[in-house]
Amino acid sequence: MDIIKTNDLTKKFGNLIAVDDITFSVKEGEIFGFLGPNGAGKTTTIKMLTTLLNPTGGTATIANYDIKKQRNEVRKNIGVVFQEPALDPELTGEENLEYHARMYGLSKEKRKSRISDVLKLVDLEDKRKVLVKKYSGGMKRRLEIARGLMHYPTVLFLDEPTLGLDAQTRRAIWAYIKKMNKEENTTIFLTTHYMDEAEYLCNRIGIIDHGKILVIDKILNLKNSVGKDVITFSSSDDDELIRIFEAEKWIEKIKKHDDFVTLGVEKGDEKIPTIIEIAQKHKIKIESISVRKPTLDDVFLSYTGRTIRDQEGQNNSKANIPPRFRRGH
Amino acid sequence: MNTNEFQAIYVMWLRQMKHFLRFKTRIVTMIVQPLFFLILLGSGFRQATFSSLGDVEYFHFLAPGIVAMAILFSSMFTGVSVLWDKQFGFLQEVLVAPVNRFSIIIGRTLGGATTALVQGFIILFIAIAMGVPIASEIGIITAIIFMVLISFTSVGFGLILASKMNDFQSFPLIMNILIMPLLFISSAFFPVAGDKTLQTIAYANPLFYMVDGLRGSLIGTANVLPIWVSFSVVFVICIIMMALGSYLFSKSEV
Repeated sequence: MDIIKTNDLTKKFGNLIAVDDITFSVKEGEIFGFLGPNGAGKTTTIKMLTTLLNPTGGTATIANYDIKKQRNEVRKNIGVVFQEPALDPELTGEENLEYHARMYGLSKEKRKSRISDVLKLVDLEDKRKVLVKKYSGGMKRRLEIARGLMHYPTVLFLDEPTLGLDAQTRRAIWAYIKKMNKEENTTIFLTTHYMDEAEYLCNRIGIIDHGKILVIDKILNLKNSVGKDVITFSSSDDDELIRIFEAEKWIEKIKKHDDFVTLGVEKGDEKIPTIIEIAQKHKIKIESISVRKPTLDDVFLSYTGRTIRDQEGQNNSKANIPPRFRRGH
Repeated sequence: MNTNEFQAIYVMWLRQMKHFLRFKTRIVTMIVQPLFFLILLGSGFRQATFSSLGDVEYFHFLAPGIVAMAILFSSMFTGVSVLWDKQFGFLQEVLVAPVNRFSIIIGRTLGGATTALVQGFIILFIAIAMGVPIASEIGIITAIIFMVLISFTSVGFGLILASKMNDFQSFPLIMNILIMPLLFISSAFFPVAGDKTLQTIAYANPLFYMVDGLRGSLIGTANVLPIWVSFSVVFVICIIMMALGSYLFSKSEV
């Protein structure tokens, strides 16, 4: 069954099209991820699906409830962990959960047992009476995940769940996400611009850039679509070499970039001598060459024409770390 | 309205109470500051003679003004503190909850009003202990009504400010160039009735009706307008401020 379904969902801010006509669906029990650089429209999509923003066009349903017409039903069915912390720092961890549970209509007994359950899930039982402003960044994230789960949501939305966290904490958060997906059968929709995160967590991903979904598939299929191995080279005459390689049957995919070329091939390490040989025959000098297994970055590159890191570089003015994390508590 | 909405109102109120009790410095400043005004202004201007006061003692005249000021500041802060929630992200959590935004406003307003009234009453009790006479039992009741209205109006005004500002930078500015002058010509600290120009300006000042009405109710004298006139004006202003404040809050996107 499809838990999330969107149809031509669009959001414009004035002239800027933040989310452009996206259509996709997420199945029950799945961990689905949106992978894309900052400013691709990931957060805007989440805000529309969680009823915080009104779509400019198109429709979407969550657990068969319309996000425009049945907002309250949608809200009951979702848990949200925002990109930036949304906790009350002046309350204790337990109080944050307690108040959340009240607003979602959990009975007194249920509240009590559920708070213990979710705190246990994220290993914060011993911090329940501590004010949130004394929590570390990782603890806040865990508490938010716990809170998102309080009311047994059908879908949990995680917007950049490990942004600004250290490597160890990220690992731990990933483990919790896997655990709750398995133990509570919660469908998870997450956004990320980290390849490793998408790779580790997601069953399927959608690559999103400039508000458009470029492709949606299982990660393995996406990688295979690039080729079994990726050879990257630069030469004295890339254009000429590409023209020559187009005739070669064993090359599955050729892509020209600004100052290098990538080839999708099978058994890449055995092909390197052949490539050099062909180049020498045509008096073209290979300046550098390397072979590796395809990564999601290659997938991203092949669909957008640039790596996600290039994109990050361009967007440097938009700081990757939200201000909340920078402020010391 | 279902139980969820009541829970939301309760949660927002309870949260306000916890904040109030935990922010020790805020309690102190919110009570100590008006007390300073009351005691220092009270003893300083005791020697001055205001012709329009007649034989009313200045200290008795001042006390209701200071109570109004304490409630005004405290409530306005509650309204503006929505900004705080916006900055700390908590507002998003509240806005995705399956409850009406109006319940959130009600809870918040009631919370703000409760803390403001507690502060107002503390000042009032201290003033009474220092010898300010209370006119009548009925007067106490109308005074409480005025205090509630002042509080609601100020929360509403705070919400309007919060929806128009993006951070706290401009808050001191608004306090200094808008609220303080309004307070000075509201007759909270000195009578305006003696000066014709001042009195004319005061009629255009919403705070004047609040202070004048509260003064009439509490000490039963030295008020310029009949209490029912002040009450009507304050009531209308309160409705407008609350309606506008809630409307702007409900429209806010995060």
